[in-house]
Amino acid sequence: MRAQVPLLGAGVSLKPEHYGEADAARDEGLWFEVHAENYMVDGGPRIGWLERVRASHPVSLHGVGLSLAGAAPLDAEHLARFAALAARVEPALISEHLAWSVQGGGYIPDLLPFPRSQEALVQVASRIDRVQCALGRRIAIENPSHYLRIEGHAWSETDFLAELCRRTGCGLLLDLNNVHVSAHNMGFEAEDYLSRFPLAQVMEVHLAGHSHDPELGRALLIDSHDTPVAPAVWALYESFVARAGRRPTLIERDGAVPEFSELMAERARAQAMALPISAPVPAPVPTPAPVPMPVSHA
Amino acid sequence: MNTHAAFQQSFARRIWSDPSNEESNEERDEEPRDEAQQTPSRVDATMQRAFAVYRNTAMKGCIDALQANHPAVAQLVGEAWFRSVAALYVRERPPAEPRLMHYGTSPDATPGGTFADFLARCAPAAALPYLPGVARLDALWTVCHTAADAAAADPAWLASMDPADLGGVRLRPHPAARWVWCENLPVYTIWSATRQGVALDDALVWQGEGTLLTRPADSVLWSPLSQAGCALLEACAAGATLAEAAAAAQRIDVHCDLAALLAQLLRQGALTQPLTQPLAQGATP
Repeated sequence: MRAQVPLLGAGVSLKPEHYGEADAARDEGLWFEVHAENYMVDGGPRIGWLERVRASHPVSLHGVGLSLAGAAPLDAEHLARFAALAARVEPALISEHLAWSVQGGGYIPDLLPFPRSQEALVQVASRIDRVQCALGRRIAIENPSHYLRIEGHAWSETDFLAELCRRTGCGLLLDLNNVHVSAHNMGFEAEDYLSRFPLAQVMEVHLAGHSHDPELGRALLIDSHDTPVAPAVWALYESFVARAGRRPTLIERDGAVPEFSELMAERARAQAMALPISAPVPAPVPTPAPVPMPVSHA
Repeated sequence: MNTHAAFQQSFARRIWSDPSNEESNEERDEEPRDEAQQTPSRVDATMQRAFAVYRNTAMKGCIDALQANHPAVAQLVGEAWFRSVAALYVRERPPAEPRLMHYGTSPDATPGGTFADFLARCAPAAALPYLPGVARLDALWTVCHTAADAAAADPAWLASMDPADLGGVRLRPHPAARWVWCENLPVYTIWSATRQGVALDDALVWQGEGTLLTRPADSVLWSPLSQAGCALLEACAAGATLAEAAAAAQRIDVHCDLAALLAQLLRQGALTQPLTQPLAQGATP
């Protein structure tokens, strides 16, 4: 018998202050995403709530600490904790970032940039392989926000991500707010970036808010996740849906968390935008069952 | 070393360096503010103005975590003081791993010094001798909140036991139970009143206090615990029988009321039943 695959429409970040309302919500296609690290606990009410919400909704685990682009050795303990959480929650999606955050035995709570060199490509691909093996499934890699001009890029970000997909079989998480922020800060066209992005590999889309740098003002946008999704990002989403069709889409909010109803209103907009447009490619709804591990063909 | 690693090493070093010590730095980016996006590429990306975004985000993430993990300390000293002292701690001991809910609280996640340890040797905090103890209780609250689930020992089960067998029972502390005795300072009273938003009584008695934190169900509970009670739980944790644990309690306080103490521990859900009870008696596989 074929397993029932939950249809992932638009979801929202799950915050502790919304546990009760999230659990009770029954909107079609609704799902929730959490930062995996916040639920790497032995027990207690926090993981209890996640399991309760998971019983009625698909859940996505979004990692922020695996340091996939890190030069320091992959933290095997952290990966084991991630795998244990995934086994417990059975998420519909798992994602991480094209960034690093671990160095010299210390963790830096941010998503840091690096020169996209050939050397980096080989290392990131091997780490994604290792993570996908440990988790027994395909993961989605997110494009980060950029603030700095860095020398030594041998690859554009879109080509780098496409090559990671080709080598490891991973998918992508397209964060359209990050595209907007990076385009503004680095001086490129967001639509051009979108046209070069390997859209067929997109397993999930993030929509979030940003703010202006307190010192540099409008010259520098910060990927702050503490405001509603900006009009320019909604426009990019419309463009994405026209090109790629519907994909699981998250309203991502981490700071200045509003009422649940406010997040759900933004979510309803994303859900409605994705629905009426006919998809030029079949919607690749990710299945919760483990997928066969891709073979690296470097 | 490869260039991938070299880039990250120098980047990480600059993240935690104090920008106020670098103001005279001639290498500092001198681009006009409104032209930040035109900043030319530099060999050292950390010299660009926008590098501050990473530095600020990392520092804010750490300080936010310390504040979330130590709410009573922040409440007692005020947010501005807390955040400036927290920044000193972050530079000294940045997080060792990505679970920020344990940052500053767990000796495992922060080898060599929790935030409480730091407060105990931090000059600006010297006038507040109770602050490290309050920080320790804040930290234990999180440990208790995130510890493994288990069924607490049922008081009725213990009451049903033959008194002759009672002394040989090995009760274990519940995985979420934490206890601490604080010498000379009324840390429990200060912490508990602060967590509950209750004003502190002028008649605060400056004497040692113990604290018991438990989580028999979904919520963290706390209560004062005698020094003898702390000794009893310590002995149970080390695998002692109830008779041995009672003796340990009486070495601290020869007059301690063992029945009342045990009743308190059971009521608070501080104990679990031994694994081998009662199946071991006469049960056939």
